[in-house]
Amino acid sequence: MQRTDAVPQPATLPGLNRETIVNGMVVAALLALPLWAFSVGEDYYVNLASLITIFAIAGVGLNFAIGQGGMVSFGHAAFFGIGGYTTGVAAFHSFEETLFIAAPLAVSGTNQMLLIWVVAMALCGIAALAIGAISLRTEGVYFIMITLAFAQMIYYFAISWPAYGGEDGLSIYLRNQLPVMNADHPFTFFSVCFVLLLGVIFISAHLSGSRFGAALGAARMNETRLATSGINPFPVKLTGFVISAMITGLAGALFAELNGFVGPSMLSWHRSGEIMVFVILGGVGRLYGPVVGAALFVLLETYIGEWTEHWQLLLGFALLGVVLFARGGVVGLIAGKPRHD
Amino acid sequence: MTKPVLEVTGLYKSYGALQVTRNVSLDLKPNEIHALIGPNGAGKSTLIGQIAGWITPDEGAVFLNGEDVTHESVASRSRKGLGRSFQVSSLAMEISARRNVMLSVQASQGSSFRFWKQTKSDAGLRDTAGSWLQKVGLGGREDIAVSELSHGERRQVEVACALALRPKALLLDEPMAGLGPAGSAQLTDFLEEIRREIPILLIEHDMDAVFRLADRITVLVSGEAILSGSVDDVRSSALVREAYLGEEA
Repeated sequence: MQRTDAVPQPATLPGLNRETIVNGMVVAALLALPLWAFSVGEDYYVNLASLITIFAIAGVGLNFAIGQGGMVSFGHAAFFGIGGYTTGVAAFHSFEETLFIAAPLAVSGTNQMLLIWVVAMALCGIAALAIGAISLRTEGVYFIMITLAFAQMIYYFAISWPAYGGEDGLSIYLRNQLPVMNADHPFTFFSVCFVLLLGVIFISAHLSGSRFGAALGAARMNETRLATSGINPFPVKLTGFVISAMITGLAGALFAELNGFVGPSMLSWHRSGEIMVFVILGGVGRLYGPVVGAALFVLLETYIGEWTEHWQLLLGFALLGVVLFARGGVVGLIAGKPRHD
Repeated sequence: MTKPVLEVTGLYKSYGALQVTRNVSLDLKPNEIHALIGPNGAGKSTLIGQIAGWITPDEGAVFLNGEDVTHESVASRSRKGLGRSFQVSSLAMEISARRNVMLSVQASQGSSFRFWKQTKSDAGLRDTAGSWLQKVGLGGREDIAVSELSHGERRQVEVACALALRPKALLLDEPMAGLGPAGSAQLTDFLEEIRREIPILLIEHDMDAVFRLADRITVLVSGEAILSGSVDDVRSSALVREAYLGEEA
């Protein structure tokens, strides 16, 4: 039998298992930090919470590829960076009042975040379609390497494009705008990121529970079974990869807004590794795993990094511990094994 | 003459200098169980691979219901009516038997590119899968993870997955392997029952089952079909005795 929790589940609350409680506490903590910081006027901590939230969105994207589809992409920095550069380039042209493309049709920059997000996600979707169409013909370690190779290509492309700063990157002098609210305000910006995080988690969960999600999950568990059941795995995986990339791309767009800067470092393979660390640390395939992973990463970097530059050694030990003793990540450690119906 | 449901004509397949399939032709007619036997290394798996679509033959063609499917994918052949089970069960182990069958049901109902409706509350999908599991004798075991089921039960789940696609022909690769005598007898009865609806191409080592079930037998030796005929033909053939049954007969 599947492992069942020792604690009997109250019949009136069928969804309230231990993982749901853990998830609720994670969300509450993520909301409590900036609320407190906002009330005492510490913008630094509000921005720290925004950073965690944005990294978590990037992780939710990658987690959809790895946890649901079994596609271990080591190139998600490509989508993070494309999202970031979309923001940067749009803001640059809007600020300079120049055109992005003059002919055959004039495309100007914009300072409207909503539009930028849509464009960023669309561009990431197109890039993922091309990268996935080639990469998904391979498996295992080859898939890891080929996604890395594509990300590196885009990285070097950004470096060698002087119009947008090349190696130095591109500053965003004025944060782009949202309708009605003032996105410059740290807490408002955090709230926007927070709502988007909950949104992508909801979408990710809903997709996973759909027919498409069932097929994608089967592609991860046993591709032979999926094909024998009459469902061609390739288009299912490609679609999953594209969705994953779009979510991570949205995070990239927000990251650029938060920092007021985009640079090639957003596209570097270190970034791909970091996003993967969020996922593994929190728990592969666990809905709120990337939130926990991103929070631990940022807090370790901030607080341990304060008194030693070797904070990553500690991160290394944490990862080692997770890989050796807690394959379900931190969420798995606290909430137990995932439950299947 | 009845039209064959599944027809294989002039298949050739080589890996380098090794010819693993040599001019194999066979067919499967309605209501029939056609057994494919042969010693280890005769090329049965490669032949099955070519029929199911995992391996592309060098020459020859595979027809399903008269349609040339030689260049169709595995998934497409499954949807067009070729159900199959594997020598070693190939299922998604972490999820329930029902969830496995639901994949076949959703494929038979149409597109898997439906992103919103939740499968866990999709009664039509769940109940249809459940009824197939009941049909193969797994009633009451639907919601247990496949990893917790016995080998025999996994085989039954695979057959339920195949049946859920409403196949025109079944390709069963050593379904008796790993089953005890009781399980084997039970499965034999079951195959007797479904043959009336769906013809079966049966690859099997259990000679008792083959002789009991098969209408026709094709003997494969070194990639070549050396004989195709009735149970009695195969039993009385000196050629088969020598090549295959030698130690058993």
